[in-house]
Amino acid sequence: MSRDWMGDSLTLAARAVKLALEDAGLKKDDLDGLLVNAGVSGAGPRRDGNLSLNLQTTLGLRDLKLANHMNGAGSTAGQMVQYAALAIQAGICNVVACVFADAPLTPGQSAGAAYGSRGPARGIAALGTHYGFFGANASYALAARRHMALFGTTHDQLGAIAISNRKWAQMNPRALRRAPLTLEDYHRSRWICEPLHLLDCTLVNNGGVAVIVASPERAAGLKQPPVYVQGMGQGHPGNPRRAGYENEVNTGAAIAKAAAFKMAGVTNDDVDICELYDCYTYTTLVTLEDYGFCKKGEGGPFVADGRLEPGGPLPTNTGGGQLSGYYMWGMTPLSEAVIQTRGQAGERQVKKHDLVLVSTQGGVLDYHATLLLSPHKSL
Amino acid sequence: MNQHSGTTAVPRPAVEVDEESAPFFDAAARGILMVQRCDDCRAWLAPVARLCTECLSESVSWTAASGRGSVHTFGIMHQIYHPGFESEIPYNIAVVELEEGPRLQTNIVGCANSDITVGMKVSVTFDKISDTVSIPKFAPA
Ligand SMILES: [Zn+2]
Repeated sequence: MSRDWMGDSLTLAARAVKLALEDAGLKKDDLDGLLVNAGVSGAGPRRDGNLSLNLQTTLGLRDLKLANHMNGAGSTAGQMVQYAALAIQAGICNVVACVFADAPLTPGQSAGAAYGSRGPARGIAALGTHYGFFGANASYALAARRHMALFGTTHDQLGAIAISNRKWAQMNPRALRRAPLTLEDYHRSRWICEPLHLLDCTLVNNGGVAVIVASPERAAGLKQPPVYVQGMGQGHPGNPRRAGYENEVNTGAAIAKAAAFKMAGVTNDDVDICELYDCYTYTTLVTLEDYGFCKKGEGGPFVADGRLEPGGPLPTNTGGGQLSGYYMWGMTPLSEAVIQTRGQAGERQVKKHDLVLVSTQGGVLDYHATLLLSPHKSL
Repeated sequence: MNQHSGTTAVPRPAVEVDEESAPFFDAAARGILMVQRCDDCRAWLAPVARLCTECLSESVSWTAASGRGSVHTFGIMHQIYHPGFESEIPYNIAVVELEEGPRLQTNIVGCANSDITVGMKVSVTFDKISDTVSIPKFAPA
């Protein structure tokens, strides 16, 4: 992960799979499944170096039994693990590499340009651009504003999330933002789109992350302790964009949680660590509400007292998340969850890590996938 | 506070009317806000609906709305993504919920950004940006 150019997304994805295989103690010929997600490099014009299913050729993978280029926006990482697990359980394949890679920052392009640009539009679609709606920053600002207006959520409360993330990031050698951060720094950071300050927004970087999914039998005896998927679910509420719906303050996390917790047979009290998709501070807040850690509308007070910080009762985004760690879409929470579940997080390792909750989320709170991970085969 | 597009050196992005949106912009030029409505179940729909989201009827028609509504949510943009907004930042973006139900992206005009609130009553007004195109915006009612 870096803000510097390290290669195109295809190269980064290939490196990530290579590293994941080495980490697991597997050879590339052990892979018979490949799921890829290309981030914004998958959305633009097709270029040779953009990650797609061409990764199979790049890695020289032969006779795969599962291959797909997936796009559930930011929820894709969680979804890839789910489809891999389902395919393995169904006997379709045995060992699946799930990989995300992206290279939005080129020497000539800023983060804003990579994520905020819009192609030419006509008709009604052109109106949004004319009004000045650009990028995810605008959409999430509107969502956060709705929450603030309905429930009285404050900047101090959103700032508490940014500060908590930074405290965790300071213990993560991979994190890209590690300088100390105070509430004053947060308030002083420039507006992007009110009510969002710069420090409410994710950083953007280049990089790649891969995870390998296999059956418990196949994973036994490999180089790393296995991470068991105890529960999984998805929730995609759909936004009718008309009266009577509150999509800005209700996400698919609630739907996904019900399925995942039922599958695992657990409750919120059993969760030791939360690794949540945190493209914005507000995303963490609303996801905690929808997961039922507090009532709807009470996310602000819930996060304000250091609850999510190192040493707090609900350690959350323990690698610094996307805000201070690194932005690899859903692979940010998923990768940190794997590290914590294995007990390999070093200085920032949370002592009790029997159950780790992972949220991956995309669109504008539109798409959601939940995973419950554990070092234990049975809970 | 000035949200008129003609005041910047580089204009805001143009709006090109296509066949599908022509009824909307023809009405806007006459000072009428159109949304879509299902001919079968009468549900009000935001443009552009290809099907009725309630009954899946393909029979949806452009229908004049009252033009009255309230601010569902809003933001104040400080970041420049297009040169047409350089002299306008900070400018507001808003979602207005019409009395009929559909929510539209828009800008609020006729008041300072600092006076916009969620729930504020607004009504439509039209910004003529070219000889053929008028853009619906909303002002405090
Ligand atoms: Zn209908």
